[in-house]
Amino acid sequence: MASNTTYEHDVIVVGAGGAGLRAAIAAQEAGADVAIVSKLHPVRSHTGAAEGGINAAIREGDSWEDHAYDTMKGSDYLGDAPAIEALCRESPKETIQLEHWGMAFSREEDGTVSQRPFGGLSFPRTTYAGAETGHQLLHTMYEQVVKRGIEVYDEWHVMNLAVTDEDDPTDRSCHGVVGYEIRSGEIAGFRARDGVILATGGMGQVFDHTTNAVANTGDGVAMAYRAGVPMEDMEFIQFHPTTLPSTGVLISEGVRGEGGILYNGEGERFMFEHGYANNDGELASRDVVARAELTEVNEGRGIEDEYVHLDMRHLGEDRILDRLENILHLAEDFEGVDGLEEPMPVKPGQHYAMGGIETNEYGQTCVDGLYAVGECACASVHGANRLGGNALPELIVFGKLAGRHAAGEEFDEPEIETGKRGDHEDADFDAPVTLGEREPGSDAGPADASAAADGGEAVTDPDAVLEVAVDREIEHVEELLETDGVNHAEIRSAVQETMTANVNVFREEEGLKEALVDLREARDRYADVGVSDPSRTFNTDLLHTLETRNIIDIAEALTMGALARNEFRGAHWRKENQIRDDENWLKHTLISWNDGDPDLWYRPVILEGENKRYEPKVRSY
Amino acid sequence: MSTQVPQQTDETDAESEPDAEEEPSKGDLRREKKAKRAAEREREAEAAAESAAGENTRELKVFRFDPEVEGKQEPRFDEFHVPFEKGMTVLDALIYARDTYDSSLTFRHSCRQAVCGSDAMFVNGQQRLACKTQLSDLSEPVRIEPLPHADVRKDLVVDMQHFYDQMDAVEPFFDADELPEDELEEQRQSRANREKVKMSTRCIWCGACMSSCNIAAGDNQYLGPAALNKAYRFAMDEREGESRKQERLEIIEQEHGVWRCQTQFSCTEVCPKDIPLTEHIQELKREAVKNNLKFW
Ligand SMILES: Cc1cc2nc3c(=O)[nH]c(=O)nc-3n(C[C@H](O)[C@H](O)[C@H](O)COP(=O)(O)OP(=O)(O)OC[C@H]3O[C@@H](n4cnc5c(N)ncnc54)[C@H](O)[C@@H]3O)c2cc1C
Ligand code: SF4
Ligand code: FES
Repeated sequence: MASNTTYEHDVIVVGAGGAGLRAAIAAQEAGADVAIVSKLHPVRSHTGAAEGGINAAIREGDSWEDHAYDTMKGSDYLGDAPAIEALCRESPKETIQLEHWGMAFSREEDGTVSQRPFGGLSFPRTTYAGAETGHQLLHTMYEQVVKRGIEVYDEWHVMNLAVTDEDDPTDRSCHGVVGYEIRSGEIAGFRARDGVILATGGMGQVFDHTTNAVANTGDGVAMAYRAGVPMEDMEFIQFHPTTLPSTGVLISEGVRGEGGILYNGEGERFMFEHGYANNDGELASRDVVARAELTEVNEGRGIEDEYVHLDMRHLGEDRILDRLENILHLAEDFEGVDGLEEPMPVKPGQHYAMGGIETNEYGQTCVDGLYAVGECACASVHGANRLGGNALPELIVFGKLAGRHAAGEEFDEPEIETGKRGDHEDADFDAPVTLGEREPGSDAGPADASAAADGGEAVTDPDAVLEVAVDREIEHVEELLETDGVNHAEIRSAVQETMTANVNVFREEEGLKEALVDLREARDRYADVGVSDPSRTFNTDLLHTLETRNIIDIAEALTMGALARNEFRGAHWRKENQIRDDENWLKHTLISWNDGDPDLWYRPVILEGENKRYEPKVRSY
Repeated sequence: MSTQVPQQTDETDAESEPDAEEEPSKGDLRREKKAKRAAEREREAEAAAESAAGENTRELKVFRFDPEVEGKQEPRFDEFHVPFEKGMTVLDALIYARDTYDSSLTFRHSCRQAVCGSDAMFVNGQQRLACKTQLSDLSEPVRIEPLPHADVRKDLVVDMQHFYDQMDAVEPFFDADELPEDELEEQRQSRANREKVKMSTRCIWCGACMSSCNIAAGDNQYLGPAALNKAYRFAMDEREGESRKQERLEIIEQEHGVWRCQTQFSCTEVCPKDIPLTEHIQELKREAVKNNLKFW
């Protein structure tokens, strides 16, 4: 039965992937009493699936400035320079830090760590551990968490944040989280004296063909959103060009980095032969390759009208076994293909969310005491398109910065603004349907669970806010368990279907509007959702039901952004305006929950770096 | 639709508003919906089962148990028929069964690609990762049970705490005697040494090995194959240095350490990451012997 225990720490980190673990270590090193709360045991986090590597300018002939230039160009000039520069400047130190923590990197003859070329990079700076870099990184960092005795509440699902309820989100503050212990069904408050750091990872479950884990449901993004933090650049979703057709399992870009070749159904090396990327071919940026593949398929040159081939046989068995062994296992186990003997079938799949919780270059959100790092955050370093190998350094660099900041270390004033203040512009946005949450009390639907959102009395007392949030969640769970309503799985798959059909690699106005209509319907059905498993023990039916709500909120914001942004930039392509429109669109899309009535607005991108301005150039490869 | 609030007071109590006479109460509405939904879902499940019966399906027999739900407190097996598709894994089949027939069917899973180690189960009498096991490789009915030698929490979910405790017991973290002073300078490691520890670093903490081990089943304190492999991973890493290695060998030599292993190879057989666990344990034994000789 639910109870009212309260746990208390200086800093609470939500999530135990690479970002959460790094943040916890940093906060502890800065003197804080820190705890991690995670719905999965740390080593089960999806960081473990990362294959290719970590970008870091650690070699002679390379420089963090070059890395920053590549990243800005890759972002299609929608990354904010202060965040990009922080990433590139800090990554070498952080990457070597991992080595000092014992990470099993691949090695050169002289014993130094190996680096490989990756798409969109002007120097082979992707530092790797075979084709299992993420697994090695995750375990290495968890080991250090164990070494330091950092407290981990594992298999505790965070349901909500304890955020005060002032009218203006920028006046609000965060004082903890509400957790649900999966094993016992206990609902408890976790009070954070100094800060809450969200590190909840990706949101791939918004789509049905994804490289992301089943647990990647964007919980942190949705919780922060409903508490008043804007979602930034949600329309920018990276579709990875090489995923296995039957499962979405990723075939690392490392295969192309090592020389793997893409062929269409006619045996043509289409990246060159059809002129998609005359210089870089297979190693062009991911969005370019993903669109090329789909164009081939749409024009009838695909294989089984679905995929193309990725061939690595010519690399030779030795090199494949040495550097890409894991790929052989994946192709064999999940597609039944022997990569040494035959080309591997591949197609684009949802892979990474460039957008997320709006933060500055220290991971701070506009709500005092609330931070976000890793894939759930948008600082923004990836802008309209993330370069391969740039997410893992993001985890460790911003994990560290946010951890220290939350623990009270002094930093310079941030250059990136957060919240709807400063330089911003209201959007002129017309939706085909009503968006957001229906009026409170208009139906017997589930009560809105957010402490800082609509319904209920305003709570501005920091001491009371956690208690109120816990009570709301207890009530919410009771209600869900009592209702034998629509099964969330039906709603979730309806959302995934419309997102994959309408908000995929190629986007057009009509489809996007259709998606919003479908999402409205999903939201309405969700008002009747219920949980049929009555158990308090490991009730995954209940947890998935909570996640599905998050998926709906995220899908809606993502689609709104895609509809508003009528241009072609990075991963976002619009049929009606197939050019990058710098005159009108050098700006971030932000969506505020606005107590249930989503509000879309913009903020200009920051191209002014520490020592130079990044002038937008044509992004050709 | 009932509006007879007074007749239902004992059921609606706290939830019925005093002035709700004209309107059915929230509780009423919910109960009504609940009944309707339940009937609907039953029909849907029946329809799905019927249509599944006609197609190319596979039969699963799945272990069920819930300590607090009536009818599930006594362990039992439920049968599910799932439509077969090429490439379908045991995990896919379980997800189908859960989402179509019974949303209370419970199992851990996340990555779907053999890296998170969540879904080790006992499938047709062997420890396997559900996401990495093709249905087409199994005989029917496919019998799915939780990992043996662990406490079952519910359905296919077992308590992993003991496994985690054993991992913790070997000080599972890199801890070099010395580090380069320059924060930008890496430690060197030879390719050969990296190769030597490579397989041992692949462990995903799934617990399959531990569950398959007879010794671990009989001796609860036995460190077990995964923890010993973890110890190997660090003891053999040349970057840590001699003095740390010494401490590590002491840990694995303790009463419930390497000497318990009777080289039955069951762990090696079930490890989904193909880690040569028994070999690693044997090598640790040899290192320990060498090390002891040094001091004689
Ligand atoms: C297949 C694949 C390959 C990739 N390869 C590369 C690569 O080679 N290089 C690169 O740079 N990037 C790569 N990426 C991207 C990168 O791996 C991810 O962006 C990154 O690992 C995300 O890390 P994270 O710490 O933000 O989240 P995750 O590792 O996903 O961790 C999220 C954590 O949050 C917890 N959590 C979530 N919701 C809740 C909740 N409600 N309550 C409590 N806890 C919660 C989870 O338990 C988990 O511990 C790859 C991604 C994928 C999918
Ligand atoms: S050694 Fe193998 S079987 Fe044992 S926990 Fe690790 S991956 Fe699983
Ligand atoms: S689901 Fe992650 S290992 Fe099987």
